[in-house]
Amino acid sequence: MTLLRKRGYSGRTLVTAVPYLWLLLFFLVPFLIVLKISVSEIRLAMPPYEPLVTWISTQVVGLRINFENYAFLFEDSLYWKSFLNSIRTAGISTLICLLIGYPMAYGIARSKPAWRNLLLLLVMLPFWTSFLLRVYAWIGILKNNGVINNLLMALGIIDEPIVMLQTNFAMYIGIVYSYLPFMVLPLYTSIEKLDLSLLEAAADLGCRPVKAFFRITVPLTKSGIIAGCMLVFIPAVGEFVIPALLGGPDALMIGRVLWEEFFNNRDWPVASAVAIVMLFVLVIPIMIYQRSQGQQIGGHP
Amino acid sequence: MANARPEQRSEPWKDPGAQPYVRLDKLTKKFGDFVAVDDVSLNIYRNEIFCLLGGSGSGKTTLLRMMAGFETPTEGTISIDGVDVTATPPYERPINMMFQSYALFPHMSVQKNVAFGLKQDRVSKGEIDDRVAEILKLVRMEQLAKRMPHQLSGGQRQRVALARALVKRPKLLLLDEPLAALDRKLREHTQFELLNIQETLGVTFVVVTHDQEEAMTLATRIGVMNHGEIVQIGTASDIYEYPGSRFVADFIGSVNMFEGRLIEDEPDYVRVASDELGGTFHVSHGVSAAPDAIVWVALRPEKILLSRDRPDGGGDNRVDGVVSEVAYRGDQSVYLVRLASGRQMRVTQPNMLRQGAGDRIRWDDKVWLSWDSSSPVVVTQ
Repeated sequence: MTLLRKRGYSGRTLVTAVPYLWLLLFFLVPFLIVLKISVSEIRLAMPPYEPLVTWISTQVVGLRINFENYAFLFEDSLYWKSFLNSIRTAGISTLICLLIGYPMAYGIARSKPAWRNLLLLLVMLPFWTSFLLRVYAWIGILKNNGVINNLLMALGIIDEPIVMLQTNFAMYIGIVYSYLPFMVLPLYTSIEKLDLSLLEAAADLGCRPVKAFFRITVPLTKSGIIAGCMLVFIPAVGEFVIPALLGGPDALMIGRVLWEEFFNNRDWPVASAVAIVMLFVLVIPIMIYQRSQGQQIGGHP
Repeated sequence: MANARPEQRSEPWKDPGAQPYVRLDKLTKKFGDFVAVDDVSLNIYRNEIFCLLGGSGSGKTTLLRMMAGFETPTEGTISIDGVDVTATPPYERPINMMFQSYALFPHMSVQKNVAFGLKQDRVSKGEIDDRVAEILKLVRMEQLAKRMPHQLSGGQRQRVALARALVKRPKLLLLDEPLAALDRKLREHTQFELLNIQETLGVTFVVVTHDQEEAMTLATRIGVMNHGEIVQIGTASDIYEYPGSRFVADFIGSVNMFEGRLIEDEPDYVRVASDELGGTFHVSHGVSAAPDAIVWVALRPEKILLSRDRPDGGGDNRVDGVVSEVAYRGDQSVYLVRLASGRQMRVTQPNMLRQGAGDRIRWDDKVWLSWDSSSPVVVTQ
């Protein structure tokens, strides 16, 4: 420590260095390995790809970079179709989460202070159970002889079970259910911060409540809306478990394609290329978000 | 501070035939068991600047918010220009409000903030631009129309908030602590600016403030509030010189208050004997109270004369004591004089001579205090 301090490193540097070191070890290094595999060639061996660097002789080093895996992704419609399908599914789920989450967050933020923590706790309560268990529970609810169908049949409303499991409907239920808290929490934070006198000022200036919501409340909670949408959209694009367990066989999600490429086809280079492309597809919205956050900080001190 | 232009202001409240512009009739507001505003009736006339003055929790803000429509009265009615608006929602009232926090929309430029109210009324774009430019010129903010609120100083925000509230040409403008967020110099300057703007536009103002100096500078009339009731209404000088109760005398300015007994009660003067004073007050106004009643005499510190020698004349309205504190305030000095009874009496004297010049009264000096019989005020409650 004293040696570090002599060289001009303070405790603060050390504290910030730890998470960076963590990210370097467990994010950047694996990323580089995956990147390396994605530009390698497949071979039937262990590991199932050609090395990038080979010693041709003692002095000459051979470097083989192969972009065919990426070209293949664009040639085969399976990949870009599943990309598009993932983005569409994630987009629709995000929209549904926003439509359900905003009134929820608004209600919590405007409830009595004594109630707020309890309501927030209820939003977070599902996290106390494993994610996987909760998805399995939905199978029990939605399947042909599950809770809903049994109840409806017992009541005599339907004669034969409604097929819900293994459909897009079940998949959307699963995604929206699982990611709703991630939408509600950032929305709550930004709605709770909203100065109510601004809404009074709007009303005072002749603005009706519904219009004031769209002209004042929505723009001023934009950061919460964007944060919530990102927190739902990004993991939903790569979602693998929910489409596999609840979705139909035709639900082509990129996470599923990746899994199959990796474990069924054992084509590590193509799977890695899929992963890298997916990463970049997701980095773009994150960057847009970061930019808007930066503007927010500049805009509202 | 005296009223800025007393000679230019008419006094419609003295005219029994005058129609009040804003009429509050038996307004009561309860929050649960707590009575925030208690049976307030009030008439405000066109072009008045009416100040509601009171401490925190006196109900002044609740009263203002009921006028704006943000709170629904538990009982009573509010009418403006003869129209009952008690049940009208805020967005349909011909009233605008300037908020204490200014409540400028942080995501809109100055221009957009000011234009917001006009847009709600579907005014044509050309007219909006003209009226916004005109009002921004009036508050001298035309150069900063493109700025965002966070890029403005406190004084500039205050002017934008004022412009935004005025641009709709409301029948009544409500101002909630309009100058509280400004520093002293700027506040004084802005007070006179507000008066000018009010005069230019001829809008009726209702101002809520806890700052008596602000109320006295701005107001045509002041309503002093305490515990949800209006305890006295009058011009600044009425309230300062003729407080109707111990609360008002004590609340406005500083005052020496003495408990005493009415020993002579004539139509044009009274005499009050006070053990606290160790002497008698001769007050040149009549009082409606029973003989021998317990009353209070209020005497303002600046109306007392301080001297080393016993003033000439009879035994009323003079007392001797010892200076226990002297506070130099630049323009004046404040003296605390201990009387024989042990009571401290507060006296202020203008510093007419520079410090060090002449014979100054210091600590522990024996002094005489005297005042004119028109100075003390007898209050019975």
